[in-house]
Parts: sequence; C-alpha cells; structure tokens
Amino acid sequence: MAPLVLTAILMIVPLAAGTLFIALSRAMPVVLWTDALIFLLLAAMAAYFWYVRRHEHLAAPWRRVAASSVGMSALVVLLAFIAVGLIDSLHFRPRLAQPGAGGEDVHAVQVLSLLDELARGLRSRAERTYSAPLATRAYSKEMLELADGTQVRDFPRLAHGGAHLKDESGRSRDILARCLAALALALACWGVLAAVLAAALARRSRARFGDTWRALLGARTRVPWRAMLITAGVLLAVAFPAAALSARYHVLGTDKVGQDVLYLALKSIRTGLVIGTLTTLVMLPLSVLLGIMAGYFRGWIDDLIQYAYTTLNSIPAVLLIAAAVLMVQVQIDTHPELFPTAAQRADLRLLFLCIILGLTSWTGLARLLRGEALKLRELEYIQAAHAFGVSHARIITRHILPNVMHLVLIALVMDFSGLVLAEAVLSYVGVGVDPSTISFGTMINAARMEMAREPMVWWALLAAFTFMFVMVLAANLFADAVRDAFDPRLRMGN
Amino acid sequence: MTESVLRVEGLKTELEGSGATVRAIDGVELDLRRGETFAIVGESGCGKSMTALSILRLLPETGRIVAGSVAMEGTELLSLPEAAMRGVRGRRIAMIFQEPATSLNPVLTVGTQVAEVLMRHAGLRGEAARRRALDLLDAVGVPDPARRLGEFPFQLSGGLKQRVMIAMALAGEPDLLIADEPTTALDVTIQAQVLDLLRALQRERGMSILLITHDLGIVARMAHRVAVMYAGQIVEMAERGRFFSAPQHPYTLKLFAALPGAGKRGGQLAVIPGQVPPLTGEFAACRFAERCEFAFDRCRSATPAWAALGEGHEVRCFLRETRRAEPLGSGRAPSAGPAGAPLASGESGAARAKPLLAVRDMKVHFPIRRGLLRRTVGHVRAVDGVRLDLAAGRTLALVGESGCGKTTVGKAILQLVRPSAGAVSFEGVELTALRGEALRKRRNEFQIIFQDPYASLNPRMRVADALGEGMMALGTETDHVAVERRIDELLAQVGLPREAKYRYPHEFSGGQRQRIAIARALAVRPKLIVCDEPTSALDVSVQAQILNLLKSLQRELGLAYLFITHNIAVVEYLAHDVAVMYLGRIVEAGGAEEVLRSPKHPYTQALLAAVPRIEAAGEEEFARLEGELPSPVNPPAGCHFHPRCPSATAKCREAYPEAVRLSPTHAVNCILYREQTNGG
Amino acid sequence: MTAYIIRRILYAIPILIGVNLITFALFFLVNTPDDMARMQLGAKRVTAEAIEKWKAERGYDKPMLYNGSAGGTAAITDTIFFEKSVKLFVFDFGNADDGRNIGYEIATRMGPSLALAIPVFMVGLAVNITLALLMAFFRATYLDVWGVVLCVAMMSISGLFYIIGGQYLVSKLWNLVPISGYAGGVDSVRFLILPVLIGVIGGIGSGARWYRSIFIEEIGKDYVRTARAKGLSEATVLFRHVLRNGMIPILTGAVVVIPLLFMGSLISESFFGIPGLGSYTIDAIQAQDFAVVRSMVFIGSVLYIAGLLLTDISYTLVDPRIRLE
Repeated sequence: MAPLVLTAILMIVPLAAGTLFIALSRAMPVVLWTDALIFLLLAAMAAYFWYVRRHEHLAAPWRRVAASSVGMSALVVLLAFIAVGLIDSLHFRPRLAQPGAGGEDVHAVQVLSLLDELARGLRSRAERTYSAPLATRAYSKEMLELADGTQVRDFPRLAHGGAHLKDESGRSRDILARCLAALALALACWGVLAAVLAAALARRSRARFGDTWRALLGARTRVPWRAMLITAGVLLAVAFPAAALSARYHVLGTDKVGQDVLYLALKSIRTGLVIGTLTTLVMLPLSVLLGIMAGYFRGWIDDLIQYAYTTLNSIPAVLLIAAAVLMVQVQIDTHPELFPTAAQRADLRLLFLCIILGLTSWTGLARLLRGEALKLRELEYIQAAHAFGVSHARIITRHILPNVMHLVLIALVMDFSGLVLAEAVLSYVGVGVDPSTISFGTMINAARMEMAREPMVWWALLAAFTFMFVMVLAANLFADAVRDAFDPRLRMGN
Repeated sequence: MTESVLRVEGLKTELEGSGATVRAIDGVELDLRRGETFAIVGESGCGKSMTALSILRLLPETGRIVAGSVAMEGTELLSLPEAAMRGVRGRRIAMIFQEPATSLNPVLTVGTQVAEVLMRHAGLRGEAARRRALDLLDAVGVPDPARRLGEFPFQLSGGLKQRVMIAMALAGEPDLLIADEPTTALDVTIQAQVLDLLRALQRERGMSILLITHDLGIVARMAHRVAVMYAGQIVEMAERGRFFSAPQHPYTLKLFAALPGAGKRGGQLAVIPGQVPPLTGEFAACRFAERCEFAFDRCRSATPAWAALGEGHEVRCFLRETRRAEPLGSGRAPSAGPAGAPLASGESGAARAKPLLAVRDMKVHFPIRRGLLRRTVGHVRAVDGVRLDLAAGRTLALVGESGCGKTTVGKAILQLVRPSAGAVSFEGVELTALRGEALRKRRNEFQIIFQDPYASLNPRMRVADALGEGMMALGTETDHVAVERRIDELLAQVGLPREAKYRYPHEFSGGQRQRIAIARALAVRPKLIVCDEPTSALDVSVQAQILNLLKSLQRELGLAYLFITHNIAVVEYLAHDVAVMYLGRIVEAGGAEEVLRSPKHPYTQALLAAVPRIEAAGEEEFARLEGELPSPVNPPAGCHFHPRCPSATAKCREAYPEAVRLSPTHAVNCILYREQTNGG
Repeated sequence: MTAYIIRRILYAIPILIGVNLITFALFFLVNTPDDMARMQLGAKRVTAEAIEKWKAERGYDKPMLYNGSAGGTAAITDTIFFEKSVKLFVFDFGNADDGRNIGYEIATRMGPSLALAIPVFMVGLAVNITLALLMAFFRATYLDVWGVVLCVAMMSISGLFYIIGGQYLVSKLWNLVPISGYAGGVDSVRFLILPVLIGVIGGIGSGARWYRSIFIEEIGKDYVRTARAKGLSEATVLFRHVLRNGMIPILTGAVVVIPLLFMGSLISESFFGIPGLGSYTIDAIQAQDFAVVRSMVFIGSVLYIAGLLLTDISYTLVDPRIRLE
C-alpha cells in the first residue's frame, strides 16, 4: 500500500501549495464546475483507498497491482500528468495592482489557474507567429528594416526565443550548457529522491539503510521501487532541461498566433484528464444501477432497461454526441447572460461534453453488469439471503454490488484512455470542447491547417500527439495491470 | 509376474503458484503391468491428476517436471523430443478426463473428433476412417452410432459423451489408458455403465488402465492394485484384496473409517485432525505425522522409506518397519458388511408424532416459451406431484439422480421457488398461501444449506456479517449485543474459533466454509434445515466432519433435516426415512431400513445395485440399468420408469401407478406390487 | 428459426420509434426552430422576419405535433413531427440546407464509402486474426510479450496521427499516391490504397490484442487438453480446435458492424477527401445542417439494428449449439 501513500502525498502537496498561493496573493478563488467535480472525485478516491487499506480482501488485488513493475512505472507517469492537471484545476481571478476606489481589492475578469501562474513566462512570452522548436528566428521571411534603413527579406529574430543571445551561432553551446546544468540538477534531485525513499523504506521495515538501499538497487523489493525510480528519473531528465530551456527558448516552438506550444500541451493535459475521468463519473451511477437492476429483477424491468440501452446504442455515437453538443451550443449561444466569464462558458461546455459522452457510453458497462448480476442472482449465497427474507435493496447493496465492483473498476480504468483519444476526434469533427478550451483535439485541429504549408509546420502536431501518446500509453499500461490484478478469470487462466 | 508396461520412478513435478512453488508431486514411483487396472486413490490436491498429466507431459503451463523417470516398455518418455512424444500420446497412452462436457470440442462433430485420432495414428482417411469410427462408437455402446457420428457433443448426454471420449481413446489402440476420475461427473447408474464398459474393454484388449479416483468404492470394483496418494507421494501400495482386508498406513485406515455407511449409524465417523501440510517446502518428516494418532518421535524427524510387507504390499510408515504384522487400530477396514447393524433404531415406532412438514401433491412446472409470441408451448415438469412427511428431530433423505427434480423440491418447500400446485404445510401452516411479510415472519423456521461451500458464502462479507444477516433481516435477536453473543455461540456450536468471525470466507477451507454455512442456517433457530447435497463437494475425511456435526446438532437441537443427496452411503449413515425420486415424482418412500434393505421399486433396486461398495470388492454385480433419465419435458406415458425397467409390462405404459402401501411407513409406486397385494 | 427472425425484426420497430422520438425531442423540443434559426443566421442581430423566412424555407413553421388550423388528417400530417420525423420511416429525408435531396446524396455517396470501408474491414479482420494466432502460438515467449506491448502502444496512438503521419510520409515525402481526392472506377485504387492501409494499421492494436485474448482463453479450455492428449501437433490444435471456437465470438462481434460499413468512416473520408457518407456527415455537423444529421441518425440506427439481426443469424450459422437447438 506504500505506493498509495506516495500518491496521496504527491496529490496533496501541489493542492496545498496552490491554495496557499491563492490565499497569500489575495486572489479571488474561482471554482469551476469541473474543478468541483475533480475534487469530489479525488475525495471519493481518497475515501475508497482509506476503506481499502482497512480491508485485506480488497487490498489484496491492489497489492498485486503494486507488484507490477510496468503498472507502477506507468502510474508514476500518470501521476506526473495528474499533478499537472490538478495544478491546472486551481482557478482564481488575480488581484489587480490598482486597488478599488474604496481601497478594496479589485480582481481581473480573466480566470487563471495555478499552472498559468507557474508558467507565466511561457504564457507571456508570445511571438508574432510560427517559430520552430528552440529557434531564434521566425519561420517565415518578412520585410525587415535594417539599421541603415535598407529593407531586406529575411527571417526576423524572435522577440523572446533566444533573445538573450548576442551571437546566434552560440545557440547550440548555450542550449547544451543549459541542458547539462539542468541534467545535473535533475540527477541531484533524483539522488535525493532515491535516498529519501530508501530511508523511508528502511524506517518502515526497521532495516538498516544500507540493506534497504541495496535491495532497492537490486530490485529485490516487493513493490518495484527501482522501476518506479528509473521512470521518475527519465521524467526528471526530460522535465528539467525542458524547464531550463523554456526560460529562454520556445522548447516546442510556437503556433500560428505565437503561443508557446509547450504551454498549450501542458494546458491540454487537464482537458484530457477531465474528459477521461468525469465522463466515467457521469456514466457510473447509470450503468451500475440499471445494469444490476436489469440482471437482478429480470422480467419487465429487464425488458425496459434493455430496450433503453439498445435504442441509445443504435444511434451512432458520434451523431448522438454531435446532435447533443449542437443543442448545447444553441442553448449556450442563446443564453449568454448565464455565463459571466468566457472560462465559465468553456468549462460548462466541457462538462456537458462529459455528460453527453457519459450518457452515450453507459450501455457497455450496463450490459456487462447485467450479465454478471444474472449469474450472481443464482448463486447460493443470494439464495440463502432470500431464505432469510432479506430485502431486494439489501441484497443488491450487500451481495451483488460488492461482487461486481472489480468489473466497475476495470471498466473505469480501461475507458479512460479511449475517452482521451475520443476527445481529439470529436474536437476535430467540431463537436468536442469549446474552441477556446485548449485541448489535444483543438491543438491538432489548429495544426492540421499547417500541414499544407511548405515547409511543413510539424511541431504543434507532434507535441500534441506525443503528449497524448505518453498519457494514453501510461493509462493503458496501468489499466492492464489493474485488470490483471482484479480479473479472477485472467488469473486462473495463467 | 506379468511384464511391466509403464514404470515411473522418483517423479517430481512442481507448479508455479502465486508467489511460491508447489511441489505437487514429490517422488512418485509406480509400476504398471500389462492388462491390469492400477488405481491411484487420494483426496483432492494430493497430486493424483498431476501424476497422470506428468506421465503424458500434458501439464498446465505453470507446471514442470523437475526429476524422475517415466519409462514405457523401456522408452524414457521424459527425454523424448516433443514430436516423438506426440506419437506416444493417443497411440501408446490415451487419456480420458473427468468432465466429458468440457473435454470434447463443442463445434466439431463426434465423427470428426474420433476420426482425428485415426488419421493421426492409424493413417486412416475418408470412408475407412468413418467405418472404423463407427465400429469404435459401437464398441463403446453408443446406440445408433451412424447418426451419432454426425452429431455435436452438446446433443449427447453426459454418459454418451464419456463413451465418445473412451472411443477416441481406444482409436489409437493404446497399451495404456489413463482414466482421470472418469465417472465423477456422472450419475451413479451411468457410472456403473461406464465402469462396466471399461472393464469389458480391458478384458477384450488386454489394455492396462491407470485409474485415478477419490472413490474407494470404484477402486474396489475396478482395481487389481491400489496406490494411496497423500500430499504428493504414494504412501501405500497393495493388491486389491490385501488393500481392503488389511490396509496398513494410518492415513488409509482413516480414509476407511471416515466413509459413511450403514454400519456406522450409531456412532461418529472417524475424522483426520488438521489439514494437508503445505506442499511448498521440503519435508524433513513423515508428511502425515502431524495428523497421525500413531506418530512417534521418529515420524517427526525423518521421512519414512518404503517398508515391504510381502505380496507386493508396501507402505511408507515407520510403524510397519518396527511392528511388522501387528494390526493397527482395528485392523481390517472398519466397514460393516451388508449384514451390519439395523439401519434406524425404533424405525417402526418411527416417532410418527406430529409431522413438522407435510408436502402434498406439490408440482413445480417451468413454462417453455417458443414461437413468435413466446407462447407457452409446454412445461418442464421439474417436480410433478411430490408427497413428503417429515417429523421434528428426524432426517428424511431425498434420493435421486441429477435432473430428477430433488433440488427443486427443496427450494419449493422453502418457497424460494413458488410451487405451481399442491400444498406445503409447515406446522399446520400452509406456506404456499403466505405472501410477503407473513411468509417472511416464518422464514426463520426453515433454512437451507447448499452444496458448494465456495458459492454459498459471499466472498465480500465477513463471517460475522454473514451470520448476522439472517438475524437482522428476521429480527430474531433483540439487539446488537444479542446478535454478537449469538454469533459467538454459533461458531462454538459448529466448532470454529471465535476469531473466525472477523475473517473473510477465502481464509477458510471447504470444510470450514461448510461449517460457516451451517452456522448461518442455525443462526435464526430453524426447526427444519434443507440440506442440498451439503457434502458432495467435499473430500471424504471432511465429509465425515460435516456429517458428524449435522448429526450432533440434530441430537442437541432436535432439528429436522430434509437431506437431498445422491450418495447412498451418506443416506445409510444419516437418514431415518428415505424417499426415492425419479423424474419429478417419488417412486418409493419409507423407513431407511425398509427402503435400503428391501427396496421394492425396480428403480430403487437398480440405483442401490449401481453404487460401488467396498464390501463387494471383486464380486460381479447383477443387471445394470440401461439408458438414461428421459427429459422432464415429455416424460414417458404411464410409469415414467417403464422404458428402462427390466420388469416392465404393457400395463406399465397405460397409467402412472398408484402408491401401494407395503407397511404403515413403506409405500411404492409400482404396478408389480399392486398385483401382489391384489393376489395375496 | 423463421419465427425467431421475424420476432427480432418486430422487436426492431419499437427501437426505431424510440430513436425517432429521441431525435425529434433533441432537434425540435429541446431547441425550438427559432433557436436554430437564430444561431444559423448569426446570433443577435437577426430580425423576426429573417427567422420566419428561414423557418418557412425549411418547413419548420408548422405546429409541432398537432395542427389545429388544418382539418381532417392534415391536423396530424401537416406538422413538423409528421413531416420531419414520421417520414423518415419511408426513407423520405427531404432536402438539405443547400437544397439538394438527401436521399439522392446518400444513394450516390454509399459507393465511395463502401469502397473504403469494405477493404478496411476485410483486410483488417484477416490481419488481426493472423497476428493474434501468431501471438497465441508463441504465447509466453518474447515474441508474444513484445507483440502485446506493441499492440498496447499502437492502440495508444491517436487515429488522427496514423492518418496525418501516413499522409505526410507516403504522399508528401515519398510522393507515392495522391494526398487526397477520389475518382470512380479502377482509378479509385490509387486514392484508396493509403486510407485502407492506414485504416488497417490503426485497428491492429486493439483488434489483435483482443483476438489474442480470445484465443488464449480458448487454449485454456479442457477440449484443448483432450486434443493434445490425442497426440495432435500444436499447430493442428491451434488451427482445427482453437481457431474454430475462437471464431465464434470474433465473427459474431464483427458481423454487427457490417451494415454500419455503409455509414463510411468519418475521419478517414474527410481527411482523404473521399466523397462518402462519412465526410457528408462531418460536413453536415460542421455546417450545422440539422436535416442531414437527423437523416444520418435514423439511417445509422436502422443499420445498427440490421447488424444486431445479422449477429443473431450468424450465431446460428457458426455455432452448432444454437443452430440445431
């Protein structure tokens, strides 16, 4: 269970720091709908794990997850993404420097997140238009007026990217030096991390530090700490140089309007996470309740629920989503008075997208749970409960629900990656998130136009695809580990 | 001595479990002779099936053979390349498995699956293969073999599937047939047919059979030589005669003593304390020492080697080295002969006081819906007019083969399935008329125990919650303190420690789970417990514990049991009264003594005769019951049993026979006895 | 059997009615035609006359469910519900916003859609089954382990990436086939080869992995042990025994999508400029052409239900246990 404690710490620290920052800077906290649901989800997860820790039979499969080196390495990557997403979920309206007439604080209309604040440099150092990764000059030629007044057509220097360089030929050296320094710092941080981990493990198992250290390095611990450390090391080795370079360069270039692509990619993470998690949150009560009811009661209740999900299923998902999103769009457009800020409007559309996706995707899990409930209701312990005259509600909550929870959990983690990928497609089709919301889909959609340019502007696309690939791959690998640990059939088969 | 066909020496097989390596087979040696049946007997998990799979090198992917030798007429099988080994499988050694239902490929026809072997090993194709397959099906007694060739396994009954499996095994004309629990999934009358078939085939073909079973009765009927396996090793080996007349190993003795039967009615069955040791480590002591009542110092410090007792009788036990011929315990296997003690004491008086439960003409019909509008086109007559009487403190055994409707009877009495017709009177109250709350109020008085100890407890519920559930739902205890006290009391009653209540079902063995299930039923202080095959999923030594427990609970609490079972030995041990069920109806009912000692209905007679008994070791039995249980959708006209009945006459086809009273307690539904009483 | 199929077809009727009601509710009740007009005409600055004109052009100016002003049957038929929803049942889809007949568009665009979708479906199925069988044959070896890892990686890649990457590499860099476009007849091969290839590759990750798990599950069953005990070779066991049983869930799972092939693939068609129903749908969504979206919803449902029916029938064909019951 140690990885869970670690997860908790990793989640709580940024949240606490963010709250503190908002309080200290006397900003006005803004809780968007999706923020509230994310924190609700977080609280629910915390409650679940607290409950699991106290019940050995529930903790056992998680122990198996914790013993999977691929799964835990994937978890480390996922946690990094989740941390970014959480930091991006603490919203506020910054206090303006100018106090109001009565000396009270006045807040900007713009809603920012803690990530925006942390990446203020990235956000503010915009260029005029495209520039390639780590470039010092723009991507297309412009008419430039030289000091002597003559005009030439050339690539202009960027306003921020590499602007500190007197001599552009020193760019490679500069980059290399910055990278090496950052790597050294990353290595140091990693060493501290490893040492702290070893010390904590040693303390917990009351072993000598040296023994624990050697066990850690030799991968002889039950939890694959070494694999997790290596993953964390790779992450640090990528993140530190990127951070160091982003102070002076556009690491992943800039887009059409000169925004830093790295910033866009980081902002997209939250959108992906929200869609991947909140959708399941919407779908879960529906599929669990209806699925179990259909299987348990059978008869006309079953007929009715089956009719409902066959009907919903029969409408092509994209079209149903498109129709519903168009409707929502009409509602939003015709009632602009309901949304004080653009951020709130975009957020509500995101939430609606989650709800719509949830409404169209509950049928799969419901069908699975129906089948399971059909099997369970014939089991002898349920018959025994009937022999005691136990009520249906109690049989469902005490006997059936706990015995299908593993399926719900597997579905939950398996659906996540599919939803993240679906967002990109839907946004491309034009029925995804609000165009003002930064997401992988909107990034790809915007960059697609640049395909035709010669030479091609490839970095925005590549950045979006790479971030999305890493996130989805980590989610898929983690989901596999969870499924292997929870699915009794799979474990018997092997 | 006849020549050896298969010689196994020092065979060791390991299974990669979760976290630990299990030494499933830890040094097995055996020597199979041509034309003999060699039985390996043991309880589940002792490694008997693994031995069979190791010989054929068909272990599951987690298993591997780590040492030893398996030599077939001089050829070492373990070192053969896989391709050559495939030439042995099916040709030299064939195997049949426990579950005929899953062991055949569901999407290939019977003909294809038989012909496949012929093609592989005899090079037969096309018409030649078909003709040979036809012969084989005929030889294993498949009726109408030409039609069956084109059928799929799901169209065959369990008994026919196993015959097809045997036909496939014979197709390669093997020298050795390994039969792994070949009849465990079959009913007793079908089991008798299949065992007879195997014996006949062996006689014709001079083939050796390695028979793996947990049933000593089958060993007695089939085997020439016997090996007893315990915890991955063979602990005793002997000729059948000596094995049954003078078993030597303390474990073997316990197995015999744990068998229920008429002879042990009065007393308790022997139980083996403790559990099989974990097979993950090396044994430095006798592996049975911890559970052995004769164990002495040496047993706990060294592993016993074989002690030869002459005439091929060998045993791994230090006692036999020191005190050679002296009998252990009672010496002979403590199994009473047919002329044992009377079955139930005071049977005729029968304490026919007030009946607790009276079932009259109960029917449970399940509609079959077909066609466009799902109209009901017929009924599965699962229960079709059943009459039962059960008095307080007594045990009524409901006996029958699978599919006869006995489980449905139990559920219908408890109103878990609502009867379609008839009356169920419990203490004078008509249960079928009760609805909702009124029925719920009475539910504490009748409870049920199920067959599968794994499916009968919710894996997500602590023992205390499981036991408390009924008390809470029915409000039998006043408050939480009383519930807690009752839980402690119940655990003590079924012989489990108090701490058990905080644990989850997966921490208990099958026998312990069944105790918990019994405690759960007892929790609401019922007067009647329906026991639906409560021991048929358990090993014989664990079964003994549960039967002892049920018996003592009945004595203490005055419980009435409706004991649903197919196991005649259990009936002989436990029942006061017996009702025999065939195709939804009771064909014979009466005191245990009357029904079991002098069965009148031809079906009862056949059923009893089909049971393999250790007393009858080696004796030839009388006529077998032919055919199989017809479908309860279209039961045969007249007497349901007439198509299989050796004494059937034309009259039997006309009407279902009325019950004939042979004594105040004994009744039989057979035309033979009406004539008798009329005539006499 | 016939009765069974008839019953299934009858069962489809209430579902289609349900679909019809849902679309009607979504398109006309949640948002009134006034809302739609306002959105299409440009939010705030529209006049009431413009809205009325917009509605009249499309026939949205009628009452929703009951026309009190009309007499006789027209009270029912001269309504939005009857004109726009009930008529879908006879495949009368009306006109799109650009004035063209939707039914005609659908009929002409089916061809290109199928020309892309059928090869993707067939080749994809064959490739996935082959790869899955290979992994199952070499199960628990490095080939299998890395095969699964590769599958997971491939299914983690966005479908858009396959398309964009494929177009860049094959069309732009290597100049092998045109980047997009379509032509009739034999000429279409030139345009279709890349989208088909990409469609197949994009489906390998999840497909092969799923089929592999089906085969692996079958390999664990008792009848496989029986087949091995007969002395059959591992390849015979795999091809004669495992494949036949594994094909039951695979085929029946694949059959359900066959009718939906008519709908074309949304993303591929629009990226590669193939004038099929997929790109038609996307264009309609992006242009907010409600009449077309509504029609596609209805057609999609009909095809899905046809898929369910085909699934049931295919079960009876491939599984003797159901065929002979």
